[in-house]
Amino acid sequence: MFPNSFEYYAPRSVEEIFGLLEQYGDETKILAGGQSLLPMMKLRLVAPSILIDINGISSWDNVTEQAHLLHIGALVRHRKWEYVLDSRVPLLHQTARHIADPLVRNRGTMGGSLAHADPAADWGAALLALKASVSIQSAHRSREVPLREFFVDTFTTVLEPQELVTGIRIPLHYDSGFVGARYLKLERKVGDFAVVGVAVTLVLDPHGVVLDAGIGLAAVGATPLAAVKAESLLQGHPLTPELIRHVASEAAKESDPVTDRRGSEEYKRAMVNVFVERGLTAVHHDWQRLMDVSA
Amino acid sequence: MGRTVINDQIMVHVTINGESRHALAEPRTLLAYFIRDNLGLTGTHVGCDTTSCGVCTVLLDGVPVKSCTVLAVQADGHDIETVEGLGHNGQLHPLQQAFWDNHGLQCGFCTPGMLMTTTALLRNSVDLTEHEVRRAISGNLCRCTGYVNIVKAVLEAKRRMGEETRKV
Ligand SMILES: Cc1cc2nc3c(=O)[nH]c(=O)nc-3n(C[C@H](O)[C@H](O)[C@H](O)COP(=O)(O)OP(=O)(O)OC[C@H]3O[C@@H](n4cnc5c(N)ncnc54)[C@H](O)[C@@H]3O)c2cc1C
Ligand code: FES
Ligand code: FES
Repeated sequence: MFPNSFEYYAPRSVEEIFGLLEQYGDETKILAGGQSLLPMMKLRLVAPSILIDINGISSWDNVTEQAHLLHIGALVRHRKWEYVLDSRVPLLHQTARHIADPLVRNRGTMGGSLAHADPAADWGAALLALKASVSIQSAHRSREVPLREFFVDTFTTVLEPQELVTGIRIPLHYDSGFVGARYLKLERKVGDFAVVGVAVTLVLDPHGVVLDAGIGLAAVGATPLAAVKAESLLQGHPLTPELIRHVASEAAKESDPVTDRRGSEEYKRAMVNVFVERGLTAVHHDWQRLMDVSA
Repeated sequence: MGRTVINDQIMVHVTINGESRHALAEPRTLLAYFIRDNLGLTGTHVGCDTTSCGVCTVLLDGVPVKSCTVLAVQADGHDIETVEGLGHNGQLHPLQQAFWDNHGLQCGFCTPGMLMTTTALLRNSVDLTEHEVRRAISGNLCRCTGYVNIVKAVLEAKRRMGEETRKV
């Protein structure tokens, strides 16, 4: 199963990449981890005439920090977060181990996952929950787009043909005490895409009041979704089992699944409800344990 | 860009199992086929061809990857290890020996991929639990023997290799 023929470029500088994109735009595809693009090219679902391999840009393989922002380069592989637990953003670690299998995680990148815009992408849901933004650049301009405005439709984003994703920014909560998170995923077999995926992350003050809440959903809409209404119900309130149940049912209402081979609409919606409740409850327990220990 | 291109083919230089090799490849040539057809090392298998089964696993700069989903041109200038690189002078690698002793295979089709994934695992871990082995090979499918003996073999190899290092 070989892809169609194409011209291959492996630029060593960012300028060169933008030059190629400027020149060829529509005819090109960016090759990052290749874990979605190469299978699609083999199946002839896409047949770019020019392939730009960006793996030579080592500066995009870094994680840096500035002004309460974690900046993750577009080429940071999924596996990175499998081994790194940053207590300010535990959701990254929680999510990473659910993506595909270890071999795919060794190659696949966060930037590629977002640009590919599969509605079932685990990073999509997790980074929506984290209120991340996407750094986008072309020869002429660079812009920062909140992830909540980035996905347009299935496999479609706001990226223009001359643009690429250079990195992802995640706001960090410095002053606040406790950050808890869970990623819950229903899959038919290990390494498969989600039937339903739910990402929850909470910042809680010492009294258990929610300072910030993020809920992202995978595979229950045309794009990964943020459960905005459910999040807002949490904001500023003490976390209680009643509130958690209410929020979970609200998130289920916000999801927009379709019936397919993986399950019925009703089933998937019910799973969103179950997972949001489970995730928030687990975070609540984490917090309670911490308070017991420190009391 | 400093590449030799002949009739739309690019010269790909790799170090494979410690040996320097080069061959021409079309950009669309997948690494698995390059290794098998151009370099003549047929220990690396191709199964699903769709990034699912892991039988094509090789180490690229020490990292296990599915070589049916990497372009040969992407490996230019890089280091590859395949199953042929494990044994030395007719002697099986301790991991291969452990697979043999524990009957960690039936038809053997998945074995090269299993061995490469777990080679990296053994190199990168101090201790190893059954759970970690199972997680590590979750991208490698075995269609005949199941995973019990494979897991047993990897754990035994870890034990034996640990003993050998202690002896030295
Ligand atoms: C067997 C298998 C199972 C999988 N299971 C899961 C799963 O459970 N969950 C999950 O989330 N994903 C899963 N994936 C997808 C995997 O995570 C991919 O790695 C990821 O979606 C794409 O990242 P990549 O770096 O490989 O991108 P590529 O495949 O290189 O590119 C994907 C697309 O994004 C574009 N692109 C890449 N990088 C950029 C950039 N920086 N700027 C602009 N455009 C860019 C490419 O042109 C292409 O259109 C699976 C893949 C496989 C093969
Ligand atoms: S042949 Fe490469 S994963 Fe199956
Ligand atoms: S031994 Fe036959 S596929 Fe694993």
